Amino acid sequence: MIRTDRLCKRYPAVTAVEDVTFEVRPGEVLGFLGPNGAGKTTTMRMLAGFLAPTSGRASICGHDVQSEPLAARQSLGYLPEGAPSYGEMRVGAFLEFIAELRRLPAGHKRARLEYVTERLQLETVLDQPIETLSKGFRRRVGLAQALLHDPPVLILDEPTDGLDPNQKHEVRSLIEEMAREKIIVISTHILEEVAAVCTRAIIIARGRIVADDTPLQLTSRSRYHNAVSLQLARSEQLEAARAAVAALPAVAAVEVSEREARVTALPRAGAMILQDIAALAAGQGLQLKELHLESGRLDEVFRTITA
Amino acid sequence: MRNVALILRRELASYFATPLAYVFILIFLVLANAFTFYVGGFYQRGQADLRPFFMFHPWLYLFLIPAVTMKLWAEERKSGSIELLMTLPVRPYEAVLGKFLAAWLFTALALVLTFPIWITVNYLGHPDNGVIFASYLGSLLLAGGFLAIGSCMSALTRNQVVAFILGVVACFVLLLAGYPMVLDAFRGWAPETLIEAVASLSLLTHFQSITRGVLEARDVLYFAMLIAFFLFTTTVAVDLRKAD
Repeated sequence: MIRTDRLCKRYPAVTAVEDVTFEVRPGEVLGFLGPNGAGKTTTMRMLAGFLAPTSGRASICGHDVQSEPLAARQSLGYLPEGAPSYGEMRVGAFLEFIAELRRLPAGHKRARLEYVTERLQLETVLDQPIETLSKGFRRRVGLAQALLHDPPVLILDEPTDGLDPNQKHEVRSLIEEMAREKIIVISTHILEEVAAVCTRAIIIARGRIVADDTPLQLTSRSRYHNAVSLQLARSEQLEAARAAVAALPAVAAVEVSEREARVTALPRAGAMILQDIAALAAGQGLQLKELHLESGRLDEVFRTITA
Repeated sequence: MRNVALILRRELASYFATPLAYVFILIFLVLANAFTFYVGGFYQRGQADLRPFFMFHPWLYLFLIPAVTMKLWAEERKSGSIELLMTLPVRPYEAVLGKFLAAWLFTALALVLTFPIWITVNYLGHPDNGVIFASYLGSLLLAGGFLAIGSCMSALTRNQVVAFILGVVACFVLLLAGYPMVLDAFRGWAPETLIEAVASLSLLTHFQSITRGVLEARDVLYFAMLIAFFLFTTTVAVDLRKAD
């Protein structure tokens, strides 16, 4: 379990993190969201024991990161921001070095090295110096390093940054697979990633937690939650459709995109308007290309909360 | 201790993964010999000893050692790898010690590779090999002292050039602490006891007393304490400033 209690980090000029308190339990994948400079990396660094908090405390699996740093680090796999490593080292030698420092017993070490190499598709670059690798490979070397000792807790700062869509998919499925028995904290600013892999999201802005919820609950805070979007086959019907939809009592607002010939109706709080609009479209003889119910837009929630 | 050994091995391998090691060893050997023969007058003196060889070591080290140590910590901070190292189950002093010992072992290797001059002098005459052995030990201790100072300077900054310059200046001040160039800065305002204390810190005085062939405990102790002090300071600096 990860536990933080009123974690603060103040610098002479700025307060980077203020009063951050949360708990993460096994099986949870926590997504850390926030604009750049919000305090995500600072919080993760304090969890990893790299930065000392100004006040407050953090513990990993019951070990305080400040007073029992070595025990806390044993239970932790950490991918620092930017996936730093020793550029002149070869990938294989680098992973071997980490495995030795992690004290993996010989037989287990071989198995783990094989596992991470295979899972992160590093077989082809084992003999290459890390500095000659592409950004995606370096990121995966950093991930491999964090997973090597099969820790119960993983803290990954932007694990999919710089990966191509296939590699992103691969890393996400790896996270999902490990999620069952581990505690995973990832930071990202790719919102779709949160919906894809996280069971919980914390949004942090100006150093404070401003939202702590499941991705589903967060999207339901959107104005677009249960909104109905209809795209017309004939754009000359656009004005008529807009007027008719706007006249419905349960509709709070209407947005129109002329380029797509699309009308989006936002419901009043709690109202379900799909049935009404479907009936209206049939009654008015609107020719529809598409009609769908939106679950909400995370990016819109993110902007509203962090603005 | 296992962590120290692992870090030492990694560091040493990294010297030889880049041209640094070869350039350093080559330049050290060329300069050491050039000074001995051209400036030190090895042949002209007509004496079978290695005084003209060891006499230039402090001046060679003054520039070459900070060149080795400047990257020790500054580079880790610049590249961010310090965040990786300091979040592994490694204590800061283990990392400091591992890096220092790797650098020391490396300079020891460069020193060992000067052996042809020892063979030469034994071929030409009958030198006092005890004095030569003591001088090699003194040179190694001096290198260790400079390395510890340089490692501390490297921990203070993330800029390698700044680390190099700070290293040269700090080594220079301690090297000449017993000479007017440094002492005059204290004369006039500092009490006599402080001036004497500063003068007793002079690396050059201790080095020269060893190269005369008298391996006194107080000289060895001086170097040991100097190294311990600067490694301790390095550990504190690394721990406090690792994230800056």
